[in-house]
Amino acid sequence: MNNKVRDNRAWWLILPMLLLVSFSAIIPLMTVVNYSVQDVFDANTRFFTGTEWFEVMLNDPALQVALLRQFAFSLTVLAIEVPLGIGIALLMPKRGWQASAVLILVTLPLLIPWNVVGSIWQIFTRGDIGLMGWSLRELGYSYNITSSPVDAWATIVIMDVWHWTPLIALLCYSGLRSIPEAYYQAARIDRASTWSIFRYIQLPKLTNVLVIGVLLRFMHSFMIYAEPFVLTGGGPGNSTTFLSQSLTTMAIGQQDLGPSAAFSLIYFLIILLVCWVFYTAIMNMQKDNNNPEA
Amino acid sequence: MAEITLKSLAHSYLQTPDGDQDYAIREMDHVWHQGGAYALLGPSGCGKSTLLNIISGLLEPSRGDVLFDGEVVNALPPEQRNIAQVFQFPVVYDTMTVYDNLAFPLRNVGTSEERVRERVSEVADVLELSGQLKRKAKNLTADEKQKVSMGRGLVRDDVSAILFDEPLTVIDPQLKWKLRRKLKEIHQRFGITMIYVTHDQLEASTFADKIAVMYEGQVVQFGTPRELFEQPGHTFVGYFIGSPGMNFLDVHVSDGTLYSGRTALPSSSDRLLERVANCRSDNVKIGIRPEFIEVSAVPGGGSVEVDVDDVQDLGTYSILSLRLGEWPLKARVEEGGVTPHDKAYIGFPERWVGLYVDDYRVEMDHE
Repeated sequence: MNNKVRDNRAWWLILPMLLLVSFSAIIPLMTVVNYSVQDVFDANTRFFTGTEWFEVMLNDPALQVALLRQFAFSLTVLAIEVPLGIGIALLMPKRGWQASAVLILVTLPLLIPWNVVGSIWQIFTRGDIGLMGWSLRELGYSYNITSSPVDAWATIVIMDVWHWTPLIALLCYSGLRSIPEAYYQAARIDRASTWSIFRYIQLPKLTNVLVIGVLLRFMHSFMIYAEPFVLTGGGPGNSTTFLSQSLTTMAIGQQDLGPSAAFSLIYFLIILLVCWVFYTAIMNMQKDNNNPEA
Repeated sequence: MAEITLKSLAHSYLQTPDGDQDYAIREMDHVWHQGGAYALLGPSGCGKSTLLNIISGLLEPSRGDVLFDGEVVNALPPEQRNIAQVFQFPVVYDTMTVYDNLAFPLRNVGTSEERVRERVSEVADVLELSGQLKRKAKNLTADEKQKVSMGRGLVRDDVSAILFDEPLTVIDPQLKWKLRRKLKEIHQRFGITMIYVTHDQLEASTFADKIAVMYEGQVVQFGTPRELFEQPGHTFVGYFIGSPGMNFLDVHVSDGTLYSGRTALPSSSDRLLERVANCRSDNVKIGIRPEFIEVSAVPGGGSVEVDVDDVQDLGTYSILSLRLGEWPLKARVEEGGVTPHDKAYIGFPERWVGLYVDDYRVEMDHE
């Protein structure tokens, strides 16, 4: 039935890719795994410790708090950015020069490097020369991100919303543009309200882009590092110290290679797990829809 | 339920239209009577869909008025016009079940659930969707989706008219036929005005009692399928309807004989000669359908000799490609009729010859 000559030589073509991935991902990851099960003193002195570092890390109260803080942060920004992004996408003009102009304006924050974002906001929030810090102070609110944990938190959330809502907005905008005009026409003929149009036409058609958007935003926000590091340095106290910063302090500041390796593996697995659960849940939801008897 | 009148209606998609060619709809008047089954037939880009969208209110005409029962509705949005429209590609609300889809137009105006149930089950019954009411609309096949789209129009008992914009494009041929019959059945049962846009003459003539043929933004003829066939009102109708289309010849009269170019045509009535001779236009044509050309193997009274270029045998009939002097003609001969080779003799029966001045038919009142 199959007269084709099977030629497997093409497999060699993936060799360069494999090599590259080995150096960029597989070998470093294996190195981390290697560190995580040893106590390293110096280049020649190391002891095998088994799962000890993992137990220590999981039982470290400081890290548990950081983990909770991290989840709180990711959920907060997602809860703000997703609805806000959809809202912005709905309001963006659909044609003409206004569409291009708004598109560029909305995209602008996405083009700014992470640490620059931190610096911009650091200056922006200063009480003496920063527009926001100065204004709030003039309005009578004693705003200070270096002493008030609430101010620091709120500022980091607002900064992230400013930086990343455009991503959701752009994804949704492209999703909205792909809805054929006939759907809107049919909805008008059916006398649907604006809410019904959103609920039954726009939102269902946005599901796919929103899955991508939420996954990306979750991973991004869960790994947030440069912006709070530049803006608050993790303070005041530990109130804005997120997981990646704890990890950096441990691995680079204290040179605790074993514990930080164990910690990064746990970190990695949490992200993987959450993404997998989320993705599977969404896909199952759609599968149910495919079942004629459902 | 309403009579839909279009009064000096014209539409252009441009802000500042400049001349006829910029108009998608050229100024026209038209009346769709309550309860009729109409087809709007024409080639792609002739303005059919534009006209439909103007009637439903999705588009506002540049000039002129749309009247429902004598009332101007130009300013009313589609929501307030009580018009249902079915589009070329099926539109269903993916996340809803078939039942909810059909109920949607009713619920949007706050109909009681009891009434909704009643209407939906009635319409589902007619469209043979009863067994599918609990399914998610997303998983239906294209034709089922299109039935749901139609159902959303039928379920409303307040509609003045249902407009169909080439609704069977995505449907398989056998189902097409079935759905078309279904539509006809629905029309007879509910007596709603239906306007059906299509570019397929067969579809138009099986569905509609009366067909409006559109060409370059104008309705060039409005009549029954039979009228369109026997007395095309415009040369375009002659070309577009029938297969093959009508034969047209530029004519003039010289020495009491009808000529096309330098070729003498088969003898014709004095009245026709007189009319052609009196015409001031230089665009004078006669038209005759291939079906009505008399073909004979032997010369006869008033017939002229033609060359036979090709005979195409299509089973129950043959299509002859003839050459009259320099002019190509098509003739259709039923099975069992003469199928001449090489040479033939043709006549134009007076009754079936139409005179066209500037592309429009000039009536000659035959006795």
